Parts: sequence; C-alpha cells; structure tokens
Amino acid sequence: MPKISRMKTFFRNIFAKHHADRDLDDEVRGYAEMLAEEKTREGMSPDEARRTASLELGGVEQVKEQVREARAGAWLDSLFQDLRFGLRMLRKSPGLTAVAVLTLALGIGMNTAIFSVVDTILFKSLPYPHSNRIAVIWDNSEGSRLEVTFHTFRELTARSRSFEAASVLKTWQPNMTSAAQPDRLDGQSVSADYFRVLGIGPAFGRDFQPSDDASDSPKVVIISYGLWRSHFGADVTIVGRQITLDGELYTVIGVLPPQLETVLAPSAQVWTPLRYDTRNITASDAVEWGHHLRMVALLRPDISAKKAAREINEIAASPVSEFPRVPWASLENGFLVDSLQADVTRGVRPALLALLGAVTLVLLIACVNVTNLLLARGAQRHGEFVMRSALGAGRARMIRQLLTESLLLSALGGVLGILVAEMSVKGLVGLSPSELPRTSAISVNGAVFAFALGVTAIIGLLAGVIPALVASREDLHVGLQEASVRTSKGHQLTRNVLVVAEVALALVLLVSAGLLLHSLDRLFAVAPGFNSSHLVTLQVQTSGHRYDDPDASRLFFAQALAEVRRVPGVAAAGFSSLLPFSADQFGAYGAQFENDSPGASDEVFRYAVTPGYLETMEIPLRRGRLLDEHDITTAAPAALISESLARRKFPHQDPIGKRLHIGPTDKPWYTIVGVVGNVKQSSLTAGDSDAVYITSAQSWFADDAMSLVVRARGNPASLAPAIRAAIWSIDKGQPITRVATMDDLLAASAAQRRFALVLFEAFGVVALILAGCGIYGVLSGSVTERTREIGIRSALGASQRNIMALVIRRGLSLTALGVVIGLFGAAAASHAIVTLLFGISQLDPITYLAVIALLALVSGLACWMPAWRASRIDPAITLRPE
Amino acid sequence: MTRDQMNDQLNDQTNLLQGTLDMMILKSLALDQMHGLGISRRIEQLTKGTFQVKPGSLFPALHRMEEEGWLVSSWGESENNRRAKFYRLTRAGRRQLNSETQRWGRISLAIARALEAS
Repeated sequence: MPKISRMKTFFRNIFAKHHADRDLDDEVRGYAEMLAEEKTREGMSPDEARRTASLELGGVEQVKEQVREARAGAWLDSLFQDLRFGLRMLRKSPGLTAVAVLTLALGIGMNTAIFSVVDTILFKSLPYPHSNRIAVIWDNSEGSRLEVTFHTFRELTARSRSFEAASVLKTWQPNMTSAAQPDRLDGQSVSADYFRVLGIGPAFGRDFQPSDDASDSPKVVIISYGLWRSHFGADVTIVGRQITLDGELYTVIGVLPPQLETVLAPSAQVWTPLRYDTRNITASDAVEWGHHLRMVALLRPDISAKKAAREINEIAASPVSEFPRVPWASLENGFLVDSLQADVTRGVRPALLALLGAVTLVLLIACVNVTNLLLARGAQRHGEFVMRSALGAGRARMIRQLLTESLLLSALGGVLGILVAEMSVKGLVGLSPSELPRTSAISVNGAVFAFALGVTAIIGLLAGVIPALVASREDLHVGLQEASVRTSKGHQLTRNVLVVAEVALALVLLVSAGLLLHSLDRLFAVAPGFNSSHLVTLQVQTSGHRYDDPDASRLFFAQALAEVRRVPGVAAAGFSSLLPFSADQFGAYGAQFENDSPGASDEVFRYAVTPGYLETMEIPLRRGRLLDEHDITTAAPAALISESLARRKFPHQDPIGKRLHIGPTDKPWYTIVGVVGNVKQSSLTAGDSDAVYITSAQSWFADDAMSLVVRARGNPASLAPAIRAAIWSIDKGQPITRVATMDDLLAASAAQRRFALVLFEAFGVVALILAGCGIYGVLSGSVTERTREIGIRSALGASQRNIMALVIRRGLSLTALGVVIGLFGAAAASHAIVTLLFGISQLDPITYLAVIALLALVSGLACWMPAWRASRIDPAITLRPE
Repeated sequence: MTRDQMNDQLNDQTNLLQGTLDMMILKSLALDQMHGLGISRRIEQLTKGTFQVKPGSLFPALHRMEEEGWLVSSWGESENNRRAKFYRLTRAGRRQLNSETQRWGRISLAIARALEAS
C-alpha cells in the first residue's frame, strides 16, 4: 500500500506539479494566518502578530522549498527544473555559450583526433600475436641503417641463438598478364619464414616451406585476400592454380586472411619466396652480396631486443671460415636492432610527438578559456546567487544548478567535439604523408575522447561551482546590498593569471608554427640541382623472358625514347636508372679511383642514363663534355662526376681524364669526361650527394626499370597519356608506373614537414583566437565592473583618450607578461621540434619577432573594444545609485 | 543571522526530533483529524511544552508521511472558518503508530536501565 501511495504522489508531484504547488502555498499561508490570529487572540496588535508569526514560521518560501525537497521525485523534478533553467541561462548569453561550446568542441575534437592517430601509429601494438618480439635488423653503416645482404642473413640465422624465426624481404612488383590487361601488382619476395616471423598464416592453402625457397624449386605465390576477391572472384579453387607473373607461371599455394595488415608493405598483394642461391658465397658480384634486403626476426620469448643485439654483434665481431665475407659486408660496425614498431614509425615519430605536444597545449588553452568564461559569468551572476540564497535556495541546490549548467555546456561541447574529431581524423588521414604507417587502422579512439571530455568537463564543473560557493558563503545582508556587479579581487586575479597563461601557451604554439613555416620556406628555396618545372616523370619496367638479354632491354628503352621524343609537346626526354626525389632506393655503389689505395671505396649514386637525360633535367655542365650518342657499348667507357665528388677527390687537379671503377672492380676503367652540377637525390634536406653518370649502354648490367623524364612545352601532366601510348606502341606488355610531375615529387619529399606545419598552423590559429577571446573577456568584464570608477575618473576630468589608455595598458601588460613567460616555453618547445626544422636556428629571431608582433596586434584588437566602451561611459553614472 | 547559522539551528531541532517527530505527529492524530497548526499545538500540549514543532520541520514531515501512506489530507474549515488542510491517520498510519510506540518503549527502557546501572 505505502508503495502505491508513494508512486501516486510521485506522479502527482511530477505531472500535476503546478496544482500541488498551489496546494502547498495555500496550506503554508493558511498556517501563517492562523498563527497570527492566535497571537491576536493572545492580545497582540494585528501588525505585531503578523510579524511574530512570520518570524516563527521562518519564511513561507523557505518552508515550501523544504517540503519540496522532502517530496517523492524531488530529485527528478529539480533536475528538470535545473535543466530548463540551465538552458535558459545558456540561451540568455548566446555569445558566451557559443564561445564556450566551440572552445570545448575544438579542444576535445582536435585532441581526440591527434591522440587517436598517434596512439594507433606509435603506441598501439601491431596486429600480430607476438608483435613486441618482432625485431628489425640492419647492417650498421657508420651509424646509419643499411639493408643486409643475403649471405649476411644466412650467417646470422645459422649462428645466432636469439631467433625463433627470421626472414629477409625485398619489394617485388610483378606484372600480371593472365588478366585482360597488364596489371602491375605490389608484392614482396621473402625468405620462407616470413609469415612465421609475423605470426600469421594463410586463411587457406599452405604457408611457404624451406623447400620453396631453394633456387631451383617450382615458383609459388601466396596472394592477399583483397587480390583473391578482386582478380579471382573469391574462387576457392584458386589454390593449386597457376597465374602468369612477369611472363612466368607461378602456382598459387595460399590466400591470406582478410583485414590483415602487413605493415612492412601495406599495399602488398602477392608474396613469393626469394629463392636466392646459397652456394655462390664466393662470387662477389652476385645479387646475394648486394645490400638490398630488409631483415625481420621473431625473437625467442626470453630474449630482449638488447640481448639479441649483443649476441649478433658478437657474431659480427667474430667471423668464421664457414661464412666468408666481402669487404662491403664485413660487419665491422655490427648491426642495428630495433623493434618492428619503432622501425616502421622511426621517420614520423618526431613529427607525431611534436603534434601531440602541440595539441596538448591546445587542450590546455581550451581549459583555461572555459574556466575564464565561467568565472567571468559567475562574477556577473553573483547578485543572482545572493538573491536565490535569500529566497531559500540551499547551498547544495545552487551547486547542483551550476553543475547542471556546466554539464550542459560540456555535453554540447562534447557532441560537437565528436563531430570535430571525426572530421579531423578523416582530414588527418587524407593529409598524411605517404610515409605515415598504418593509416588504414586509424579511427576515433573512444577512450581518448572520454578522457578529453572528462578533463574539460571537470574543469568546467570546478570553474562553474566556485561562484556558487562564494555566494552561498557570504553574508546575505552585505551580499544583497551590493548584489549588482562587484566582484572580489580574488576573481580578477585568477582571471588575469589565466589570460597570462593563455597568451604564453599561444606564443609557444605560434612560435613552433612559425619556425616550421620558415623552415619550409628555406627548404623550397634550396636548389635541387636541376630545373623541376615542366618535367613529367614515370617509370618503365621491362618484364618477361624476352628482356633477359640485356641488349633486348637496352633496345626497348632506346626505341621507346625515340617514340616519346616524337610526341607533340615533348621538348626533351631521357631515361635514368635513378630518379631524384623518387622512391628509388638502391642506387648507391662503391666507386674506386685509379689512384685510391686498394680496398678504399667511396659510396656514390650511380645514374645509368640515356644520352639526353642531363640535358632534359638541365643539370649544368661545369667542365668537359656531356654523354652522347657516341658513348656506346663498343666505345671507351666514359663517365661524368658531380661537382662535390670532383672537389673532394681532385681538390687541386683537373678531374677530366682520371679513371675510376664503379661497382665491380674487374671491369674496364671509366674515364671521366666531364663534371656536372650537384643534384639532391633523396630530399632537399640531404647534403650534396656524390654522383657518377654513365650511359646505360656502357653499364656493366642492364637496369630492368628505368625512369623517364620528359620536359614538356606546356602542361607536363597532360602529356602523360600520349607518352604512355608512345611507349606501349613499342611493347604493349610493359608496365608504366609512378607517373608524376617533378614538382609533385619535390612537394612529396617535404610532405612530413608540410603535414606538421599545416596542423601547427591550425593549432596556432586556434590558440590565437582563444587568447584574443580571453583578453577581450577579462577586459570587458573589468570595464563593466569598474563602470563607476571610470565614471568618477571622467567626471574628475580624465579624457576619453586617458581612459582608453587605462584599459589598453592593462590588456597589453597582461599580454606582455604572457609573452615573457611564453618565450621560455617556446625555447623549450622549439628544442623539441628541432628535427623538423631546416636551415634556421631554433631561436630564429625573425620568427620570434613576427610571432610577438602578431600576438601584440591581436591583443591590441581585443583590448580596443572594451577600451572604446569604457571611454563612452557617461560621468553621470556616478550620480546614480548602484 | 546568516544563512549558515539559520541552517544550523534548523538542523539542531530536526536532529532532536528525528524519529520522534513522526511518532508525535501520529500520536497527535490518534483521536481526531487536525490541521498543521493544530498538530503543532497538540504536540506542545502532549509534551507539556518540551517540543515546539517549527513549520519548517512540520510540513516536510507531514508531506513525507502522506506519501508513505500513513496520513491522508483533505481541505476543510477550521474552528475559525478558515480554509485549512486537515490530516488524518490511515490504517497503515495506525499500525505505524503502534510499532513506533513499542519501539520507543523498548528503547527508552533500555536507555533508562543503562543510565541506572553503573
């Protein structure tokens, strides 16, 4: 029974609230009147009776409030009331609400996005069962990473006890001709244990076995799930069938599971065994002795990466006769060992960590700003709180009301924040440089979102509740007297501190962004060594047995070139084995000059080119002559060297006529016939790379992939289809890839810096706006609070100019303090991004001065509005009561 | 008087009456229905002026007890022809009065014994 009556009143209290309220009012007032009557009967005068009665009662409204709080469903009722009131308050000050909500949304959204990206790439373990045990091993070439040779790999796997499994791999891009049109696939040639190192196996079919890896075994491939679906209609009978790759038959033995992320080659579709020859260990010009293999190993569970490194370095230091070594793979510097995760993220780690730092600053600024806004609003509502407290609102009730308002703000900010995060993550992935690994695995991270929302909500709550606490603690009498617009000194101080903090944080971000911007400027001012405009480049491969004969391959490239030169709009064209700013990696060879001591060797880039390549690139000739049609197979081998190499090897001599070997030393000498300008090979940031140019006709081997550069008379990109058709008119089956203008390649080489720059600029702008809002808010608030004082000043003769100066001086001194503090932070931050800088000092004075000027300008603007308002205050205000 | 001090005083009274206020209200309504002021006067009379029930405690208690189903209320005329809300015991209220009385008897006996001992 009691339960039912409670339910009944619960619903009445909620739904017939108005009625219940009037009922209560009647009841309490009735009580008061009866009490007064009683007193009159006892002999008091009616007035005195009423006064005594009301004193005894303690206030009709207070009693009603106490009853309401005792009622069933009171919490729900007051929650609705709080929500309604909260929304009304937010609507009442739309500007402030919008700023607070946007601030929260940006802070939460950006943080969630960046943390989601960074977490996925740097911290989340790779999607393999023993990902923390997978190590990558590099030959140590004086501190830098060099791919290992096949025979080094063999020696390590035979002698080391640290590995559960180990494998080497290289990229393989076969041309698949079984389909309707030639299709170039991305893939890898791997040694047999590759998938065992990663801890994955085919969804069906079988894994590679050691016998598949023998150089005379039948050719087999494992294909990706995606390729199986797109090219073979998800046909389960694919296993055992043969496909044609590069003109040869391969048997499909397995299909990998879906959604498998192969971080070492994200776009790979086919895998085949390496099938290297283990017996030719003494043949030094064999491919098995080339530094071109990446090595990965699954360490034993009890072996740490450090322990493994120690063990294999001991092996490197103690050669055995069973495994003879060659001079360029002597392992004299040992190995470099890294976890797979660290290895794939090495290039992007500095940029990502810098972004993480930057976005944390943005969150901090957002928090400071929200705190500031709520404090300012709290100060303005001081009177309201005192009034409500006088009308019987308990302290708990007022705090609850403010909590509700703050929560409303946070909820609005959070919802918008999700949208911002979703868009930012999409934008980030779209914007990300190609070297950013694992972009496919990036999605909005719920935990991070909750964290960011939580932090801002808690700060909002704290900031929102302080005014209620202050108001409810205060003496009601005094409070009511000055319930208008005064605030305590403590509040002003807090808000000043917050503004200073905002300015300082904004300065740190802006300086970082400025340094990056200036760096990128410097970077693009670097001359690449050739004229990049109007150049279109693409790569042509020869595939199929027909081109096993080097002469057939050379003939194909020569014919293709002749055909391309006939295309209308082509001004010049040439082939090179190595293209600057492309992904070409394996162009470095040892060069030995005639007067070098035996065994000494310089690492140089080898460019095997067709005559006309240097002219097309407009690489300047410094001395001697360029390569031409006479430098054919039967002529004396001729070579060009770069200026940097000439200066280093022949500082006081004429290099023309000197001789050198490049690659194998048992071939005829190349005679230097010319010196050409330096060309940046891998990136604009790299030093001048020593280079040797020879004609492909005089090279000791024929490259099976050559890059074509074409100088166009008009738009280079639009020439691509005609060029492709020209090459295919020679042989339809040859894949053409990597079509790009040289300017695109240049831009891509700076993509990571640009990525960091774009984000830093975005963060910097957000910080600047927030700091401006902060300064404006505080000054505007203080002008309102000091209306009377300003009025008195102007009544006493202060000019409008004086008053404006008064306000602006205050704003600018806050800014100045923030700038001074921020400078220390900026110096520390620029130290952290030093790896992303180029060509400027991390304390670059131009950047610092420009940023300070920008901040001063923005804060000046933010000061001006309140100052102007202050100067318009009518001195007559002092005559009015507050 | 500040708000805090006011609260403190209210709280003291409430604490003093806690548990016993319900019982006193039930007891005062045992014979007849009554309005708020009547209840408060009746309690004073029953306790010979020891307890003075303030409206700030009385009304919340009345409304709570009504929601518990121990009391029902209806509007009526007071002795001076004023509109007033009258409360009266329900069966559940009467049961509650009995069990509260018994509980109180046990407690006061126990306390009296504890104080006599030593």
